[in-house]
Amino acid sequence: MQKLLDPIRKTQLWRSVFRHGYPDTPRNRTLAVLSNVFLHLHPVKVRRSGLRLSYTWCMGGLTFFLFLIETITGLLLMFYYRPTAEWAFQDIMGLREHVPIGIMREMHRWAAHMMVITVWLHMYRVFLTGSYKPPREFNWNVGVILLVLTLLLSFTGYLLPWDQLAVWAITVGSNMARATPVLGHEGPGAAFVSFGGLDFIHAGDDARFGLLGGRFVGEGALLRFYVLHCVGIPLAAATLMAIHFWRVRKDGGISGPL
Amino acid sequence: MGDTLRSLIDWLFEPTRYFLGSLVAILAVLKFRKFFSLPIVIIAFFVFGTVFFVWAFGDPDFNLIVTKPDNIPIIILIASVVFFSWLSLRRAVINDERTKRGEPTLEGEDAKRKVFTWPDLVYTEFICLILFTALLVIWSIVIAAPLEEPAELSRTPNPSKAPWYFLGLQELLVYFDPWIAGVLLPGFIIVGLCAIPYLDVNPKGNGYYTFDERPFAVGFFWIGFVLFWVSFVILGTFLRGPNWSFFGPFEYWNLHKLEPMVNVDLSTYVWVHFLDRPLPESILLRESPGIVLLLGYFLVLPPLLGKTLLKGLFAQMGPARYHIFFHMMLWFGLIPIKMLARWVLNLKYIVGIPEYFFNV
Repeated sequence: MQKLLDPIRKTQLWRSVFRHGYPDTPRNRTLAVLSNVFLHLHPVKVRRSGLRLSYTWCMGGLTFFLFLIETITGLLLMFYYRPTAEWAFQDIMGLREHVPIGIMREMHRWAAHMMVITVWLHMYRVFLTGSYKPPREFNWNVGVILLVLTLLLSFTGYLLPWDQLAVWAITVGSNMARATPVLGHEGPGAAFVSFGGLDFIHAGDDARFGLLGGRFVGEGALLRFYVLHCVGIPLAAATLMAIHFWRVRKDGGISGPL
Repeated sequence: MGDTLRSLIDWLFEPTRYFLGSLVAILAVLKFRKFFSLPIVIIAFFVFGTVFFVWAFGDPDFNLIVTKPDNIPIIILIASVVFFSWLSLRRAVINDERTKRGEPTLEGEDAKRKVFTWPDLVYTEFICLILFTALLVIWSIVIAAPLEEPAELSRTPNPSKAPWYFLGLQELLVYFDPWIAGVLLPGFIIVGLCAIPYLDVNPKGNGYYTFDERPFAVGFFWIGFVLFWVSFVILGTFLRGPNWSFFGPFEYWNLHKLEPMVNVDLSTYVWVHFLDRPLPESILLRESPGIVLLLGYFLVLPPLLGKTLLKGLFAQMGPARYHIFFHMMLWFGLIPIKMLARWVLNLKYIVGIPEYFFNV
């Protein structure tokens, strides 16, 4: 095998991609990480404690991996889905009926559920090992926002199948916004935001209306949730993830005893 | 025999018993952590859990709720939270013993050695990735993603539930109005989590599992995460049926099961029951007992305790940290207080001003 591949490794084509040699030497191991844009997320060497699954639980890495799965399966699903009240449910039905051995929607849904669990467990592990303590306070905060974004990603995606489960789960969830203090029309303080008997905060302009783009979960909400789910929140999450991973390194690598 | 056991379990899972039982269980596990962190405990848990599952699967009502495709993640959540809590506790116990003997912690021992990212770390990541992909693919082939009937806004399903990860908050709607359960408390959870690194002034326990070096922090997170978040999600998923009434795991979800609503406001207790007179016309006067209680709780309690009982804590944290920490804890504490008041006194609102949607 070694002999068979050797001539290929000497070609200009191979060497234009991999700038380091193959033999297992410390120099090549170093270069394997340094000369790869994805691997250089990692330092060249890590403390042994950072590799122990019984220490890290691998939950942060799995969360990121599930995010990638969601991106790929989600992208494929977007080919077959139109976010309108007329078509949304039909398209999902079509996906189920007409695509042989189609498991993209299944993968997308189960991976989404798993991602919520892994991100919680990641937070649990980071707390229990005290890894939020200096110098990692800021990165813990980035992580908290990422956790919220994960929940929002899942929440916005929940509406898209446009079945009874979807619409009513979002109705129950978004009803809370009605009760936002001052800004929701059923929230405390909203009644005081009025002038000459004219209420400024009512069902047609309060926090819930802004969230749903309407007085109830309708076509406006579907489009809003679709755009947030496919573009808005993933972009925000990807940006914060970049910061999160970068700060892990800057703050001393995968946490371990100081 | 089976029927008796089933009704016993249904009885045990009634929310009050479920909550207090879980609380006692968590405190017991932390207190007797040396025993509960033994491998035999977790093995026993999973063996017993599997046996229970196989047995309970025969029951149609249990089967119906547990095998709902969207509820499978909750089973995974239960198994993984129990397992990882045990794992963290085990390492904490081992580390604490090592520290007592003057040896470095398990992580400290490990951290002495550095290894190459390529291949050591990369291949660990790769194996995790392959295993997880395989799991997802199998899961996706075996169980189809559910699709219910098309959306129809004129037909409200009963129960209407939020997505499963918000069911803990939906459970709080039993005790609080939406502006607290759905807006204020989630906001405080996020702000509180963000504030943790700035409030925790204990420099110990950074980068390794321990209990003895930070008992309050670890205990608090177990209570907050495992009890108030995860166990409430489980409660909301499996034990809440139509009209958000309680149903045991082996109980049929009867649409007509109605729980009597006999809850009374604090103002009614004070004016009508205690002083034996009608409720005052003026809202402020009517709600004055509750308002005084809340003002005392939020404004008098922190400085009072800071000067007396918690003097040491106040000195250690400084005024800003102390007050932020205390207010977060007071909001958190409001949840069990309200729950207890509901169970013991049937209390509805401490301050109830429905005229302005201001109900606490």
